Amino acid sequence: MSAIEVEKNRVGETSSACKGNKHNMTTTPGDTQNHDPNPSAAPPGLPIPVSDLEVKYTKIFINNEWHDSSCGRKIPVYNPATGEKICEVEEGDEEDVDKAVKAAKEAFQLGSVWRRMDASDRGRLLNKLADLVERDQLILATMETIDSGKLFLIAYFVDLMAAIKTLRYYGGWSDKIQGRTIPVDGEYFTFTRHEPVGVCGQIIPWNFPLLMFIWKIAPALCCGNTVVIKPAEQTPLTALHMAALMKEAGFPPGVVNVVPGYGSTAGAAIASHMYIDKVAFTGSTEVGKLIKEAAGKSNLKRVTLELGGKNPNIIFADADLDHAVEQAHHGLFFNQGQCCLAGSRIFVEETIYDEFVRKSVERAKRRVLGNPFIPGVDQGPQIDKKQFDKILELIESGRKEGAKLECGGSPWGDKGLFIQPTVFSDVTDEMRIAKEEIFGPVQQIMKFKTLDEVIKRANSTHYGLVAGVFTQNINKALTIASSLQAGTVWVNCYNAMSSQCPFGGFKMSGNGREMGEYGLQEYTEIKTVTIKIPQKNS
Amino acid sequence: MRNLLQVRMLRSVLASKFPPISRLSLRVPASQYSATASAIPAPNTQPEIHFNKIFINNEWHDAVSKKTFPTVNPSTAEVICQVAEGDKADVDKAVNAAKQAFRLGSPWRRMDASHRGLLLNRLADLIERDSAYLAALETLDNGKPYALSYSVDLSVVVKCLRYYAGWADKNHGKTIPIDGDYFCYTRHEPVGVCGQIIPWNFPLFMQASKLGPALATGNTVVMKVAEQTPLTALYVASLIKEAGFPEGVVNIVPGYGRTAGAAISSHMDIDKVAFTGSTEVGQLIQQAASRNLKKVTLELGGKSPNIILSDANLEDAVEQAHSAVFFNQGQVCCAGSRTYVQEDIYNEFVERSVERAKKRVVGDPFSLQTEQGPQVDEAQFKKVLGYISAGKRDGAKLMCGGGVAADRGYFIQPTIFGEVKDNMTIAREEIFGPVMQILKFKTLEEVIERGNDTQYGLAAAVFTRDIDKAHYISAALRAGTVWVNCYNVCGVQAPFGGYKASGNGREFGEYGLEAYTEVKTVTIKVPAKPTGS
Repeated sequence: MSAIEVEKNRVGETSSACKGNKHNMTTTPGDTQNHDPNPSAAPPGLPIPVSDLEVKYTKIFINNEWHDSSCGRKIPVYNPATGEKICEVEEGDEEDVDKAVKAAKEAFQLGSVWRRMDASDRGRLLNKLADLVERDQLILATMETIDSGKLFLIAYFVDLMAAIKTLRYYGGWSDKIQGRTIPVDGEYFTFTRHEPVGVCGQIIPWNFPLLMFIWKIAPALCCGNTVVIKPAEQTPLTALHMAALMKEAGFPPGVVNVVPGYGSTAGAAIASHMYIDKVAFTGSTEVGKLIKEAAGKSNLKRVTLELGGKNPNIIFADADLDHAVEQAHHGLFFNQGQCCLAGSRIFVEETIYDEFVRKSVERAKRRVLGNPFIPGVDQGPQIDKKQFDKILELIESGRKEGAKLECGGSPWGDKGLFIQPTVFSDVTDEMRIAKEEIFGPVQQIMKFKTLDEVIKRANSTHYGLVAGVFTQNINKALTIASSLQAGTVWVNCYNAMSSQCPFGGFKMSGNGREMGEYGLQEYTEIKTVTIKIPQKNS
Repeated sequence: MRNLLQVRMLRSVLASKFPPISRLSLRVPASQYSATASAIPAPNTQPEIHFNKIFINNEWHDAVSKKTFPTVNPSTAEVICQVAEGDKADVDKAVNAAKQAFRLGSPWRRMDASHRGLLLNRLADLIERDSAYLAALETLDNGKPYALSYSVDLSVVVKCLRYYAGWADKNHGKTIPIDGDYFCYTRHEPVGVCGQIIPWNFPLFMQASKLGPALATGNTVVMKVAEQTPLTALYVASLIKEAGFPEGVVNIVPGYGRTAGAAISSHMDIDKVAFTGSTEVGQLIQQAASRNLKKVTLELGGKSPNIILSDANLEDAVEQAHSAVFFNQGQVCCAGSRTYVQEDIYNEFVERSVERAKKRVVGDPFSLQTEQGPQVDEAQFKKVLGYISAGKRDGAKLMCGGGVAADRGYFIQPTIFGEVKDNMTIAREEIFGPVMQILKFKTLEEVIERGNDTQYGLAAAVFTRDIDKAHYISAALRAGTVWVNCYNVCGVQAPFGGYKASGNGREFGEYGLEAYTEVKTVTIKVPAKPTGS
């Protein structure tokens, strides 16, 4: 595609970004932006979305059964690409959370099927679940796109693949969570048991609905916990489909319970529940504070939080410039900018600053918006009106505070919640767009001179989730890697996530780590057993 | 270790009155939600032989010499088929293939660790798919009861592969806070080309237990399977190809120990050799390995003490001690072949053990009622009978059995000797047959000393209800595994291996990865240590 076509797209093309409806929400030829909109012209070998997706599961999942909500209310679920309602989902509230917790507690009682199961069999169940997700990969990717607006091919190849890999990864850990025997002083024999924590409440966001679901349940189940999980009200559909797959895989009733609902009601009920032993939350720093407070006020439940970020991505003059531009572009614009790990503060060394900005703008202008089902589309809609308005408001603040708007800056299309890819240059550290998490397609490019300066500026934030550095110089790379206060540092790459690596935040980006072996700690209680023995020998 | 068994299964399979079929199928899953389930399918008593050649580079080859050897059905002493006889030239070819598959930049070296795990899981799925066939083939070639081949051997093979599949992307190196302005980390790298020589007592399981950790950690393999039992390993080779392992990653050479086995252990381009078998051959392997100082792991013989204190649950102890020695026709390296019984329960224990042994069903291994099949070959058959003669000659009291159990094939009666003394041949040497020695002891200190008075140190067990005694004895015994109130419980998650002349190194569990991992320390000069780190 060319820049001219994009221009035509932005200005002249007025057709709706996505004409889907409940039963055919995927690819209607000719319904998107200008460039080659015909899906039948998609390169061969690409997955084809399910054309008449049926949403089968819209209720609350407790004890492997579907329940209506106690309050009788329903949540409307919208397609953000069209603004049309997909369906309604039962709205869980405190009473439903209570039911779910009761089921989870029952499933966790001593002597229960779940507690007595061999650890390796828990692993088998997770592996089976991975097989089922793989079987339903097209359905789930289609559903995810309709519900969240993310690109279908990304949903299929990134979200779903990562979900499957994560299930298999933790499937492998289940019988490898090893306690220790300990050479304690005195005539004693001491060992540790790594036991599950118990009933885990899990509250997940809308930006990677399915993947976040898997990130939460996989380590929890691997360690033998039971779960009450609340998907985001914006994106409950894939979580409910997963519930059905968990039952099919053979997880006992009550082991995983899925309660769709709002944060202020169902989420709050989880965070403050007296019988929930641990709560894990992924979302905003603001809500993370509420969760921790509720946990402290109620029963001192364990808390893990994966929160926001304002992540520095540092580009040195000696970096491979084209590579850095491309990585920084994806580091920010991936998933419509709706990533807690978005590289939203790009620090560029002054000798290459102008060229970097020019190339970044050029790259952003090539970005194609439209129907997220169409191959070739790079960017779908934002998740909802609230986010959409917030992003536009922050763009406006950038303008007002004197940043230079290089491109974008406005909504796109006449339907759906699309925002033009936006690049700001001449951004300074005190501007709101340099301090606040925007969670949208808005790139801030700043200038720096020295290593020490950029370290100081990069760390000057209350966040500490991730960071990137691009340089060919091994000393600079290692200095930056050890100096930045961030849970993850990428060198000459960005967004390089995998199930094997721990992920989590320094400072106000969170507490604890998810993924990797470290992720197991959050779902394990350590019990020290000490036995008096008649005589000790080495 | 030549054995290893899975053994919760055993407990139900071999539980006191021999098993109605329903009991066999009861075994594994504690519940309907368990992911495994096994009802034993009717055996095909004449499984077709699909593969009888040498497997190199995912292809089938005749021996360079064109020679073949016969593999025999030990139930009938009839030849099943001829198999290509690998020798040094074939081992060379296999090593070349394995080396090529291991070169820098090869598909196998560049593969994601998680994908190695995926391939191992796929292999487990394929073996699970073909379990009934493989179990029948194992029984035909080895003589072990089909019900056990299916429910014990095949089940644990699948579990073992899945277990190590999970390790593939979890074999973590470390970053190390070294002194000075350096950044230091370790890479856990594969060792390289691994030679693996496996025995005939658990052919499939020994194969899985060798391949699992080697492939999870990214090595390539040249495996020699026992000449008595090559058939199932060759079928699995075809599944390895079907699962999608790149060519040259696994190469399987059937052949004899003194030719193909010797070629592996002395090969200059093999980086590591793992052997399971007799202590005598283990010594030869260790010597041959010194040529290029390849790494060596050995799982060898045992003469494992099983100590029954007078406060034990007697009925359970009798049953467990019975299975401990008679399981797999006694062809188990961790067999509890010295049963020490405290004197005040000695007579009753012997009496009940004899009663139990007499009930043991010996016969056609394809019959689902059969507990005991034939010994694996004529040499073993004669060796075991020779030990029985020695026991009689040395003055042990033959309580039951002692003779041949059928007029063809290599069947031996379940045999028990009472009043066995520590210096008798049958109390010192590994018999590897269905022969139980019951010895008497008085005190804990005495039995610990006697239990440890052996060149071996593979396994041991103690039966008691007293927590102090259990801990004291389990700490005091010089053995790689100690069971308390159970026997033969070998989960793939738990390490297994020998003290003393029972071996070097450990297999299974996380410990089992060490033998297949080279640790590389990478140290990088950094400009200055950042403050506050």
